Amino acid sequence: MTETPTPSERQATAAPLGDGAAVPPAIELRGICKAFGPVQANKDISIRVMPGTIHGIIGENGAGKSTLMSILYGFYKADAGEIVIHGKATPIPDSQAAIRAGIGMVFQHFKLVQNFTVLENVILGAEDGPWLRRSLARARTELKRLAAEYEIDVDPDARIEDLSVGHQQRVEILKALYRQADILILDEPTGVLTPAEADHLFRILAHLRRQGKTVLLITHKLREIMEITDTVSVMRRGEMTATVATAETSPRQLAELMVGRKVLLHVEKAPATPGREVLSVRGLSVTDAAGVARLKGIDLNVRAGEIVGIAGVAGNGQSELLEVLGGYAAATGEVLMNGTALDLSARADGRSRRRAGIAHVPEDRHREGLILDFAAWENVAFGYQDAPEYQKNALLMDNAAIVADTRGKIERFDVRPPDPFLPARGFSGGNQQKIVLAREIERNPDLLLIGQPTRGVDIGAIEFIHKRIVELRDAGKAVLLVSVELDEILSLSDRVIVMFDGRIMGERLTAETDERELGMLMAGMTETATGAQA
Amino acid sequence: MDLSTIYEILASALRMATPLLFACLAGLYSERAGVFDIGLEGKMLMAAMTSAAVAYLTGSAWIGLGAGIVASLIFAAIHGLASITFRGNQLISGVALNFVASGATILISQAMFGQGGRTPPLNGAARFHEMTLPFADALRPVPVLGPLYADVLSGNAILVYIALLCVPLSWWVLYRTRFGLRLRAVGENPESVDTAGVSVVRLRYGALMITGILCGFAGAYMSTALQAGFGREMTAGRGYIALAALIFAKWRPWYALWATLLFGLLQALALRPDVIQGALHLAIPGPALDAMPYILTVIVLAGFVGKAIPPRAGGQPYVKER
Amino acid sequence: MTRLPKWADLALVPLISLLLAGAISAVVVLMLGENPWETVKIMVDGAVGSPYAWGYTLYYATSFIFTGLGVAVAYHAGQFNIGGEGQAQLGGLGVALVCLALPWPHWTVALAAASVGAALFGAAWAAIPAWLAAKRGSHVVITTIMFNYIAAALIVWLLVEVLRPTGQMDPATARFAAATKLPTFQTIPGLDLIFTKKVPANVTFFIALLACVGVWLLLWRSRLGYEIRAFGKSESAARYAGISPVRVIMASMLISGGLCGLMSVNNVMGEAGRLLQNSSEGAGFIGIAVALMGRNHPIGIFLAALLFGALYQGGAEMGLWTSVPIELRLLLQGLVILFTGALDTMVRMMIAPFFRKRGAQ
Repeated sequence: MTETPTPSERQATAAPLGDGAAVPPAIELRGICKAFGPVQANKDISIRVMPGTIHGIIGENGAGKSTLMSILYGFYKADAGEIVIHGKATPIPDSQAAIRAGIGMVFQHFKLVQNFTVLENVILGAEDGPWLRRSLARARTELKRLAAEYEIDVDPDARIEDLSVGHQQRVEILKALYRQADILILDEPTGVLTPAEADHLFRILAHLRRQGKTVLLITHKLREIMEITDTVSVMRRGEMTATVATAETSPRQLAELMVGRKVLLHVEKAPATPGREVLSVRGLSVTDAAGVARLKGIDLNVRAGEIVGIAGVAGNGQSELLEVLGGYAAATGEVLMNGTALDLSARADGRSRRRAGIAHVPEDRHREGLILDFAAWENVAFGYQDAPEYQKNALLMDNAAIVADTRGKIERFDVRPPDPFLPARGFSGGNQQKIVLAREIERNPDLLLIGQPTRGVDIGAIEFIHKRIVELRDAGKAVLLVSVELDEILSLSDRVIVMFDGRIMGERLTAETDERELGMLMAGMTETATGAQA
Repeated sequence: MDLSTIYEILASALRMATPLLFACLAGLYSERAGVFDIGLEGKMLMAAMTSAAVAYLTGSAWIGLGAGIVASLIFAAIHGLASITFRGNQLISGVALNFVASGATILISQAMFGQGGRTPPLNGAARFHEMTLPFADALRPVPVLGPLYADVLSGNAILVYIALLCVPLSWWVLYRTRFGLRLRAVGENPESVDTAGVSVVRLRYGALMITGILCGFAGAYMSTALQAGFGREMTAGRGYIALAALIFAKWRPWYALWATLLFGLLQALALRPDVIQGALHLAIPGPALDAMPYILTVIVLAGFVGKAIPPRAGGQPYVKER
Repeated sequence: MTRLPKWADLALVPLISLLLAGAISAVVVLMLGENPWETVKIMVDGAVGSPYAWGYTLYYATSFIFTGLGVAVAYHAGQFNIGGEGQAQLGGLGVALVCLALPWPHWTVALAAASVGAALFGAAWAAIPAWLAAKRGSHVVITTIMFNYIAAALIVWLLVEVLRPTGQMDPATARFAAATKLPTFQTIPGLDLIFTKKVPANVTFFIALLACVGVWLLLWRSRLGYEIRAFGKSESAARYAGISPVRVIMASMLISGGLCGLMSVNNVMGEAGRLLQNSSEGAGFIGIAVALMGRNHPIGIFLAALLFGALYQGGAEMGLWTSVPIELRLLLQGLVILFTGALDTMVRMMIAPFFRKRGAQ
């Protein structure tokens, strides 16, 4: 396939399943299943991708996209199913087998050696012999050829640590091409790129397609799917819900397929009666250690007696927002809590936030919210270890008081087993979350920050947790809820803010929006943009 | 102070630097592969005892050297077992093995020779003797370089030259071979090696084996070349000085040579307080010179003089994600 | 991997480790041509067979309790302090300076002052590595090792050039005044009924017991201890809770250094009566084994210190009465550290099948 196919030709190559074409598909997955414990990450997944096409895989967080690609690259072993490459059944037990089968993968987090040159990274593991000189020389010529062929221009002698993120990604692509990959998997490749870099990436992908390479693009961004792919598969909750030709679909339809028509969790709640402004955020920006802007001038406010939900696919700045408000990440801009400015410097800490009336149920309770080796009662004091009621005197803590308090919380929040001395590790996800929730809510904060309140939580506990959050609101407190579960956002919040790429894409009253509209915003599409596309 | 004293000191510095250089390069391989090895000291000690004992019994310094290397390799393998296979604490493993070596060397030499944990004095072929380099006498009259060649470089045991050769060799292995490339990569980012389909475990064991071999040379040099026999605790913290030199050298072979020569010079000077007093008209206490390598290392570690950035994955067992 | 019940993790793993270490040592003894069983009998008899033996065992145990506690406090904060040896030697300097500085009227006053001196000097010696770790990210293991050697050099220099009285040959300070002599067990009313012969165990033993209680209170009852343990278990969570890494690292290392320094009250003031070269005799290192074996808990440390005290004393007796060199102690100590600290996963895997089977039935 040397000519650039016209859109209609592309459509043809993305022939519906079960054809009898002469050219076998580049990749065919048949009935792939994979479970992690009780969680079915991939359920009976089958796809076919024709050579010389770009195939998108779209879905929400946890839909099973990355698991599927990891199976294809030999990182995980599928429980059942078959992988067929270019018409030949090819078991892929490890990454080496994947490389041999001509599969290259560009991970979301690059696997590069920071203090190596581009050349060294490219040849690592694919050297021509025990001495480097020949490998390096061949790689240099090869890189020159690839640069000309695919417009992937990287200085072969530059050190990775001196390169921008976009260039580092190009090195990853070069690595794959140098290993003669003709199937390239890219996992959320634009998550770390600037718009200009992303455009460049798409030009590279278009070149690859023109040269007959097959590309699998995993993303949650509808714009990218519409812009570059020939065919697209939608994944939802471990299942492949549809595979369609991109030209025959619309962002609207994809958003619907992606989010699905879920049964809304029913949360009994009266209409909100928002009062005074509790939290006011103006122009909040965060740049991470690698110099990538994570928050790009956020403005929002939360009033007393309302729940504001932040919707968005993970990794679009929500975590950074919580960290800054929780007091352990530095930012620029202004945050007013009850009218008083919060310290946004690196000197700020969680303690000063708690004094200002902010309680925080963090997104990741294992890494942040709990010390897993600590007993439940010790975790109840976590973050509040200097609370006056937990002190016996100037020197010692009143452990008995903490245990007594824990017993009360265990009872009020129905934590099971009701054992204050059990290490946090020994509780189920739901009960761990209840411990954190009890600790934070019972402080009666003016503002509750709560991230992914029901991640890894069983159904029974979900309802309980939701009820408690609404109760807090009804008591006239402000709640800022971050969740990647759209139905949770819709059922809990009074107002929804959608974040995308470190910015606020839009703000809606829950009563006046639906998941389709929010799904579009989450995928970075505004109504006007869709109009232009259509 | 006359010139001949300077040459004398330099020659002594070279001899003192040799075991440090072996051990420092040994540490370089394992740390470059991402495995901390505090146990250089213990491996040197084991090798020193074993090679002296075997050299005495067989009358051959070379067989002694081989046995020393084997002893050191066994310790390297145990360290690998603890830190690579069982993903244990690399620091604790190293510390532990140093104690084991302290005890084991004395116990074994006592059991074999009953001389209070020493080996009998070595002589003849059981020892590595000084060798004169070609043209040493002919070149001596050449100003400066002549005596440097004839009186400092020449007249050492062959192991000294092997140590010096190990420097360019290590540089070449590290920067010019496939093994070196992978070794450096696995210490920086083992994931990069793993996703490229290369075994992290095998690479790290390979690095530890080289560490074992080089520590074997270091120990053998101590007991069969520098001295004529093994004495208890004869390495006297050289494994730790080598570690310090490694940090000082920023994990690079050529810098390792300069660092160990510097530390060797300090040790040589500490043995000759008269020389310093004569030169500086100032009494620098011997202990201050003894402590210099450690003080310099702390200053480097503190990042005041050029930052010493260790291999990024150092000290962490590799666990494939989920 | 099967998770072991708590009691197995706390008691069985150290015990099996000890047995493994013992078995290897027994093989070595056998190779030395001695009967391991006889050797063990001599060791046990020499360590705990008489009040006299106990007097030595408890003396050694006292030192090991301090260094074990020191290592443990730092360990709870995630810091591996190998500098106990240097900190103990500096603590000895503190004791000596205090004892020689003033004409102390009574040993109680001198003991209080010397304890403060020991702890302060030990803490000061830990302060620089701690600060470098907290502020500049230098590896505490490497810096504390370096400080051990610097301490040794410093002490040698001080003893040879500064503190040695004129006319004295050996590198040591002058003898402390008689009033600073700490009561040993055979002079303490009540205890003198048991300990009739002169033994080195002295009142410092009771300070060590107090230190156990103190460390327990610190770690499990105080806010600082709470923060130390939380930080040591999860740095990311500590950030969330507003626990300052600098504060925790500094505090834990200073306390650790202070405890290691305190051991010198036992040997310098209680036994030698002057500061000698290498006064701590490796007790700082044994602290590592004691802390690991005692699972970093004061009760465990107390028991492990007793065990190592007995090994130390028993080993000395063994050196006297058999042809086995006392360095067997070093071997045993190293093996215990290896099995409890680095190969603990292996030990757990060895005993896991027994628990799996029982669970399945």
